[in-house]
Amino acid sequence: MSVSKKPARSLLGWETTILALVIVALLIGSTLSDAFLTGANLSNLSSNLVEVALIALTMTLIVIAAEIDLSVASIAGMCSALLGVLWAAHVPMPLAVLASLALGTLAGLFNGWLVTRLGLPSLAVTIGTLALYRGLAYALLGDRAVADFPPFWTNLGFGLVPGTQIPIPIVAFAALAVVTAVTLHATPFGRSLYAIGASELAARFAGLRVERTKLLLFTLSGLMSAFAAVIYTFRFSSARADNAAGLELAVIAAVLLGGVSIFGGRGSVTGVIGAVFLIGIIQNALTLADVPNEILTIVTGLLLILSVLGPNLAAQVKASRERQRHAAAARGGAP
Amino acid sequence: MPHRKALLAALTLALGAAALAQPALQKGITIAFLPKQVNNPYFTTAWKGGEAAIKEFAGVGKQVGPSDAGASSQVSYINTLLAQRQKAIVVSASDANALVPYLKRAMGQGVKVVTYDSDVAKDGRNLFVSQASADTIARDEVKLLARQIGNKGEIAILSATPNATNQNAWIKVMQDELKKPQYKDMKLVKIAYGNDDDQKSFTEMQGLMQAYPNLKGVISPTTVGISAAARYLSGSPYKGKVALTGLGTPNQMREFVKNGTVQGFALWNPEDLGYLASYAAAALVSGQITGKEGEKFSAGKLGQRIVGKDGVVILGPLTVFDKSNIDKFNF
Repeated sequence: MSVSKKPARSLLGWETTILALVIVALLIGSTLSDAFLTGANLSNLSSNLVEVALIALTMTLIVIAAEIDLSVASIAGMCSALLGVLWAAHVPMPLAVLASLALGTLAGLFNGWLVTRLGLPSLAVTIGTLALYRGLAYALLGDRAVADFPPFWTNLGFGLVPGTQIPIPIVAFAALAVVTAVTLHATPFGRSLYAIGASELAARFAGLRVERTKLLLFTLSGLMSAFAAVIYTFRFSSARADNAAGLELAVIAAVLLGGVSIFGGRGSVTGVIGAVFLIGIIQNALTLADVPNEILTIVTGLLLILSVLGPNLAAQVKASRERQRHAAAARGGAP
Repeated sequence: MPHRKALLAALTLALGAAALAQPALQKGITIAFLPKQVNNPYFTTAWKGGEAAIKEFAGVGKQVGPSDAGASSQVSYINTLLAQRQKAIVVSASDANALVPYLKRAMGQGVKVVTYDSDVAKDGRNLFVSQASADTIARDEVKLLARQIGNKGEIAILSATPNATNQNAWIKVMQDELKKPQYKDMKLVKIAYGNDDDQKSFTEMQGLMQAYPNLKGVISPTTVGISAAARYLSGSPYKGKVALTGLGTPNQMREFVKNGTVQGFALWNPEDLGYLASYAAAALVSGQITGKEGEKFSAGKLGQRIVGKDGVVILGPLTVFDKSNIDKFNF
């Protein structure tokens, strides 16, 4: 019991740090510009990061299970392209949306199948499907852009909850975030992800169905990417094959900054959500303060290096201390 | 003496009438330029002109923008400019549709929107300041290349991104132009996309030469594409044998014109484009014009301009740069 509690406590530490940084960023942002702490700006800010936030939820689960999915942005592009193609072909919108979600799910299932059935590393598999799905996106829609979506649907991506400044997609995100957090932190399925991430071999010996779990994770990731694609398409009222290009890096950056170990076995949904908002707030505040784009990129880059270094250094220090203690205990216990 | 007085009176009257006809430009107008991409020499030059104009009418200007040419990154800037209560946004759109809802919201809050270089759907802006008509640009490019290859042989186009509004409009006209009888021996074999990325454009050009060994000429109607293509040709056996033309800036292309890789290329003056866009924005903010066809406004050294159909203001014809004149330009 005491062993399993330790990583949880260190995680709590990192989460607190992220939340503290969010507050610091909010404070600095409000001193940099009067326009920062306004409802309209915070509304725009959160609206801008909703796709990254959504995909980061499933990415958190995948990275905790010591895998990765680099194809998420390409899946999103492909699903956006399909949505555009179907709408341009006069398919009713609800059907077109369902078809896009189905395509994303299939794409995720295919990733999962390659990883679990062929036993290939997910890094390699999803680098491959990153190219494959983006290629399919161009095959579907080519260089066209479909834009004439009906206002009812674009409003779902662009509009606010009536009477508030809350973007509609953020409501969907909040609901999915709660579901993901409960699943990860309060169900046997969630616990099995930590076990698989910490040691796949041990998880197998313990009787966990590793393959089935991973297959499910990649499928969910595909579905979530498709959902993000639908929101993206309506938010910009533009279906294009290059939609969401490069988004996977923003997602993975947020997951790592949120304290999820790239080696698996550690992390929390709260930390990741905090990180998504932290990056969003910093970028928004610096933009409002007219900080040049180069500086913005440098700051984001430094933040990410720190985010990987920080938790890792902490873990290493802890590990070396434990080794010393074990060594001391072993010496003490020897006859 | 009475003669001079009369003259003075007449002059005052004339000036007064002119002033009455059009409200003067307001002072202190805040104008933000939002190019597709910052640190792109073309947009930097356009901003130089825009900034010069803003200085002339005592406005407050700045340029902000993303370092990647994605539409989603421009949206967050539009929102930011809205939060900063800028009076006018002058934008070159990365996507003709993606920005529209956000620009509409800005216009709803009284912000004047002018597009330059690359337009959005017309209900997303007050005015579009166009380089030259798509027609002129595309037909001039074809004519320029035809002259260089003697109206004969396989040709290709090296464009920017597959979704760039202006590029696609030009390509369409070029394809139409090539149907004319005098171009019957010219065959467009491929449209390649370099994504306005230097390396990608370079390798696309390389790929074109490998895939079509009989290629006689390439049109690259993008400043990033043409300079990357010229760099590839310049170091290859095709130098001087395969013609390259398109839209480029004199500074980027000077060495390739001088070393014989490129005979001639064309461009409007981007500095004037930015200059005109600034004046258009100021005229909108000051209430001189609303964007209706036939309205007139004064654009400093460029003289009086007329708003055309669909709120389009055209800068003018292209300038062709070759060995004879390239050293006269510095941008």
